[in-house]
Amino acid sequence: MVIPLHYIARNVWARRLTTALTAGGLALVVFVFATMLMLDAGLKQTLVTTGERDNVVVIRKGAETEIQSAISRDQAAALEMYPSIAMTPEGRPMASREAVVLISLTKTGYTTPSNVVIRGVSPLGVSLRPQVRLTEGRVFKPGSSEIIVGSSLAKGYGNVRIGDHLRFAQRDWTVVGHFDAGGSGFDSEIWGDVDQLMQSFRRTSYSSMVLRLANTDAFDKFRTDIDVDPRLANEAKREQQFYSDQSKALSAFINILGLTLTTIFSVAAMIGAMITMYASVANRVGEIGTLRALGFQRTNVLMAFLIEAVLLGLVGGIAGLLCASLMQFASFSTTNFQTFADLSFRFLLTPAIIVKTLLFSMAMGLIGGFLPALRASRLNIVDALRAR
Amino acid sequence: MFLPKLIARNAMRHKLRTALTVLGLVIAVLAYGLLQTVVDAWYAGASAASNARLVTRNAISLTFALPLNYEYRIKGVDGVTQVARSNWFGGVYRDPKNFFAQFAVSDNYLDLYPEFIVPPEQRADYQRDRRGALVGRQLADLYGFKIGDVIPIKGTIYAGTWDFVVRGIMDGRDESTITRQMVFHWDYLNETVRKKNPRQADQVGVFILGVDNPDNAAAISRAVDNVFKNSLAETLTETEQAFQLGFVAMSNQIIAAIRVVSYVVIVIVMAVMANAMAMSARERITEYATLKALGFGPGFLSLLVFGESMIISAFGGALGMLLTPPAARFFKQAVGGVFPVFTVSHETMAMQAGCALVVGVAAAIVPAVQAARVRIVEGLRAIG
Repeated sequence: MVIPLHYIARNVWARRLTTALTAGGLALVVFVFATMLMLDAGLKQTLVTTGERDNVVVIRKGAETEIQSAISRDQAAALEMYPSIAMTPEGRPMASREAVVLISLTKTGYTTPSNVVIRGVSPLGVSLRPQVRLTEGRVFKPGSSEIIVGSSLAKGYGNVRIGDHLRFAQRDWTVVGHFDAGGSGFDSEIWGDVDQLMQSFRRTSYSSMVLRLANTDAFDKFRTDIDVDPRLANEAKREQQFYSDQSKALSAFINILGLTLTTIFSVAAMIGAMITMYASVANRVGEIGTLRALGFQRTNVLMAFLIEAVLLGLVGGIAGLLCASLMQFASFSTTNFQTFADLSFRFLLTPAIIVKTLLFSMAMGLIGGFLPALRASRLNIVDALRAR
Repeated sequence: MFLPKLIARNAMRHKLRTALTVLGLVIAVLAYGLLQTVVDAWYAGASAASNARLVTRNAISLTFALPLNYEYRIKGVDGVTQVARSNWFGGVYRDPKNFFAQFAVSDNYLDLYPEFIVPPEQRADYQRDRRGALVGRQLADLYGFKIGDVIPIKGTIYAGTWDFVVRGIMDGRDESTITRQMVFHWDYLNETVRKKNPRQADQVGVFILGVDNPDNAAAISRAVDNVFKNSLAETLTETEQAFQLGFVAMSNQIIAAIRVVSYVVIVIVMAVMANAMAMSARERITEYATLKALGFGPGFLSLLVFGESMIISAFGGALGMLLTPPAARFFKQAVGGVFPVFTVSHETMAMQAGCALVVGVAAAIVPAVQAARVRIVEGLRAIG
C-alpha cells in the first residue's frame, strides 16, 4: 500500500505561508544557481559562434591573443599562398589580414572608460564571417576613414550612431554602419579598413590573419606546414578553438564563483527545508500514528514525507527557474582578463540547464527532508496515537 | 525579570529548530562577510596605490607605448621630481594558470616605491646582474623562489623564453602592500628587443612620476598632458590610484553581481528565520490567548515574540562574526594567493551585525502582530 500522492500534495498546500517562505528561500538559491550556469553558457555561445569552423586564425608563436601578436607583411603574403587556402571565383585567396588594437571608450552612464577592440579587416574580412550582417547603413569603403560598429557597442555607447565621428589616432572616423554578428564576440567590436587603421596607429605589422580552408580536413596539414616553414614564426588555430581558448580564464572564474556561492546558499536553504519538514512531522504525529495503525508501513511513511520534501523543492525550483528565465532579456558585459577588452554576452537558458536546475532543487528538498522523514517513519504507533 | 526568562525558555523549547535557525544565520552572516571581503580585496590594489605618484600612459589605450624620449620632456615639467619607466612584460611562468605580474623597470623605480623594502646588499646584487630580478615576498612564498634561482618566463608580448635570476626579495612595508609581482631591468629588455626587432625598442609602457607636492597632482597631470598635445602619442596622466581603479572598473559588473548576491543570502536566511518564527507563533496561539486572559497586554506579547527572534539572531550573528576571520584566513590559503590582501575590515563586521539585527526584526514582525491581535476566545478554542 502506498500513501496517495494527493494526500501529500494537499499537505504542502495546507500550510501555505510556511511552504511559500521555504520555497521562496529555495527559489533564491535556484535563481543564483541557474543564472550562473546561464552566464557561463552565454559566454561559451558568444565565443563559439565568434568562430567559423573552416576559418583558421594565425598569430605569432607564443602569443595568446591578437593584441600580443604581430605578423609581418612578408609573412602574411607567404601565408596566403598556401595551397590549403580556399580561393574566390576570381582566383584570389580567401584571407583577411587583420590589425587589432584597443582604444578607450566611455560607456553611457559610466565615468570610467572601457577597452574596446578596433579591428582592421581586408576587403574579404566581412564576407569571411557569414554571421556578420549589416543592420543599418553600409559597409566602410576600402581606403577611407569609415568604420562600422557592432550591435552590443551600438547599444551600450552613446556616441556611435550612424554619422557620428569618433576621434582616435589623430583622425576623425565616421560611423557608416551598424552590424549584428549573431551574439558573437564581434558584436563588441568596431571594424574598419586595415590599411587605414595601420597607418594611423603607425603599425607596420598585422596582428593576425584569418584564412578560409579549401576543405575542413586540410587543417592539420596546414598547421604542420606553417610550423616547419622557415619564413614563418606563426601558429594556426581553428577560429572556434581560438576564441574559446580566450575565454578559459573568465569561464573558470564564473564557474568557481557560481559553485562556491550556490554551495553556501544551498546549505542555508536546506536548513530552511529541514525546519519546515520537522514542523510538518511534529504537527502530524497523531496523523502518522493513524496511518501506521491503518496498516501503512514505515517505508510508506518515509516515502510520503520524502516526496513532500521533494515537492517543496520542486515548487522552489520552478519559481527560481521562472525568475532566472527573465534574465535572458538582460545582457552582461565585463572585461575578459585574457584580452583586456570589453566583452558583452547574454544569459542563455538551455534545456540542459533547466534539467540540472530542477534536479538540484529536488536534491535540496530531498536532503533537507531526509532526517525529518526518518523521524516520522520511526515513530512508535502507540505513542503517536496517544499524542493529542 | 519575568519577561527575559520567558523569552529564553521559549527560545529553548524547540532545541532542534532553534539550533538549525542559528546554524542558518551563522552560514548567512559568514557568507556575507566573506563576499564583502572579496569585494574589498578586489579594490585592495587601488587602495594601496599612492596619491602622490602619477602614471603617464598613451591616451589611446594601455596597449600603446610611449617613446623613450618623453622621459626628458616629462622631467622638465614643474613639480615632477622623478620619472621611472615601467613595461608590462606579460610572460607566462610554466603554465598560463600561474599568472603573476612582471614589470621591466628602470633603476630608480624602487626609489619611487618606498613600500617595497629590499635589503641594500640584495639591491646592489640586483643592480650588478643584467638578468637579475626582484620578486615580492608573497610571490616568493607562493612558488618557493629563493635568491639565486633561475626563473624561466615565456614571453607573450616579447617573443622567446627569458631566464631571470632572483637577486633579492621585496618585502612589503605593511600588510596592505601587495608583493605579488616581479621586477627586472628595463635596460635588459630594451637591449634584447633592439637586437631582435629594432622597431619595438625604446618604447615605454608607462612612466611613473614622483611629484614634490601631492596637492598639485591634478595641475601637474594637466601640465604633462599639455606638453604632448597633438603629438603622435598623446598622453593621459592620472594618479596611481585612479589608474588602478580603472582596472577595477573593467570588471564592475562582476563586482556588482557579487554585491547583489551577498544580500541575496541574507534574504534567504530571512525567509528561513521568518518561517521558524511563524511556526512557533502558530503553535503558541492558545498560550498567547491564555496570557491575554491573565491580563497581559498586546505589547507584552509582541515583545515576547520580538525578544525570542532577537536572541536567536544575535546569537547566530555573533557566532558568524567570530568565525569570519578564521574562515577568511582559510579561504585566502585555499585560493592560493589570488588575493594578496584578504583581511576582514571593521566595516564588514559592522555590516554583519547590522544584517543579523535586520533579520531578527524582520522575521518577528508578522508573528508579533499575529500574537498581539489574538482574540482570547478564538485563541483558547484553537488547536495547534
